[in-house]
Amino acid sequence: MSVLEIENMTAFYSDFQALFGVSLNIKKGETVAAIGANGAGKSTFLRSITGLVKNNADTFLYNGETLTGKVASDIVGLGIAMVPEGRKLFPSLSVEENLIIGAYQQRPGNWTLDRVYQMFPKLEQRKDIAGTALSGGEQQMVAIGRALMSNPDMLLCDELSLGLAPIIIKDIYSALPSIKAEGVSLLVVEQDINQALEIADRIYCFQEGRISLTGKPEDLTKDQIATAYFGR
Amino acid sequence: MIEWANTIVQGILTGGLYAMFAAGLAIIFGVMRLVNITHGDLIVLAAFIAMVVIETTGFNPFLSLIIVLPIMFVIGYMLQRGILNYTLGDDLLPPLLVTFGLSIVIQNVLLEVFSADSQRLKAGAIETSSIQLVDGLSIGIFPLITLVTAIAMIVGLQQLFNLTRLGRAFRATSDDATTAQLMGINHKHIFGLAMGLALGLVAIAGVLMAVRSNFDPSIGPTKLLYAFEAVIIGGLGSLWGTLVGGIILGVAQNIGAKIDPGWQILAGHIAFLIVLVFKPNGLFPRTRDD
Repeated sequence: MSVLEIENMTAFYSDFQALFGVSLNIKKGETVAAIGANGAGKSTFLRSITGLVKNNADTFLYNGETLTGKVASDIVGLGIAMVPEGRKLFPSLSVEENLIIGAYQQRPGNWTLDRVYQMFPKLEQRKDIAGTALSGGEQQMVAIGRALMSNPDMLLCDELSLGLAPIIIKDIYSALPSIKAEGVSLLVVEQDINQALEIADRIYCFQEGRISLTGKPEDLTKDQIATAYFGR
Repeated sequence: MIEWANTIVQGILTGGLYAMFAAGLAIIFGVMRLVNITHGDLIVLAAFIAMVVIETTGFNPFLSLIIVLPIMFVIGYMLQRGILNYTLGDDLLPPLLVTFGLSIVIQNVLLEVFSADSQRLKAGAIETSSIQLVDGLSIGIFPLITLVTAIAMIVGLQQLFNLTRLGRAFRATSDDATTAQLMGINHKHIFGLAMGLALGLVAIAGVLMAVRSNFDPSIGPTKLLYAFEAVIIGGLGSLWGTLVGGIILGVAQNIGAKIDPGWQILAGHIAFLIVLVFKPNGLFPRTRDD
């Protein structure tokens, strides 16, 4: 059974239409990757799910409850958390405060400050400094930890690898299996196709605001993906 | 020599009241990035509400705050949720224009209801009692209470902002309201609470001002000016800076008055300009990494 079910979603920035009838579903505990070039609509799609971008859809259900018209803060309360593109840590909050603010809604669950520190031990050593004073990779760890502190059932990750060195990307992505093991469904937006194919149970390829291809990584050929990705 | 010491001490005490005017303004700007032109008129509004409460209940001005403070909190919350939230965005002009309009509305409503007559709240003997430190230098009990209240207010706000869940939400929303929503924070509600809190402080400032000096519906803009100057001297976003800003303004005004009574107000503005020239971001600007 799908935890997230979206049929025919459209989204606009003022007069500019960014999504054209996108449909997608995610099952409990599944990892889905959304790939596509810059401007293909992946991030807009994630922001639409979180309620940050106004959207319309024939069906927009999370655990059977409609998300249409709900504001972002309510959607977090339902169990959807997001690691935003560019980390977006709060500059006036310390590392620990950045993590604690993730638990603002106080949803019950297994994720606590201690567990986040267990997953990313470096953060505990630097918990009192400003979050934005960390390296890019450490900031990404805080952003992931902050999202987990809300005890989500679904985690949306927007471009985890953006601007990070390959070795750091490996570190960051190595945290995802243990998150998945908690039964958390993952929707990962990623430009790095190889990274996406490696972790995803299914992929959706975006092109100019539409889904151009969907399937399991093992069922898709490189040519199919290249065509769907670049439109060749 | 003792006369100058007295001038400075009295200036510091006056600064407590200015810091109080400024603390609410600093919160409003700090959390919402909203320049609240109506701030001075809200101080006067609080004073008039206190006057009505005192006339109705017979409370003394300090006790009236148990009613005035919640009323101002609710006015602040509703003002923010009902009007000001709709003016916020990348453009600073809409909130400026709307609060300017509100300022005119409040002044005229107060004028219509209470007339242009000058008013004052009476607190009894405490208004005139003082402690003599040395010959020629005494401290008024009421100004001292005002300064201590201002310091307590700033300590309390600092604790609220640094140590509480609400304080973290204020800071996070101030940093990035969009990302704050991804934490489950309803930024519109947080802005409402921040305005409610600011007007709660305005209630205290308004009552203390009304005991200390005469007030009428037209004096709001002057109070706004002092609040602005204190905030800007101290540095935007710094609560302790606001206290220092208020004190610098108070001391400058008292020194001006000492040289020539006509120079009192001008001396405060000159001190403000001097700080602006040498430290355009104020004495203790908040540093941001973004």
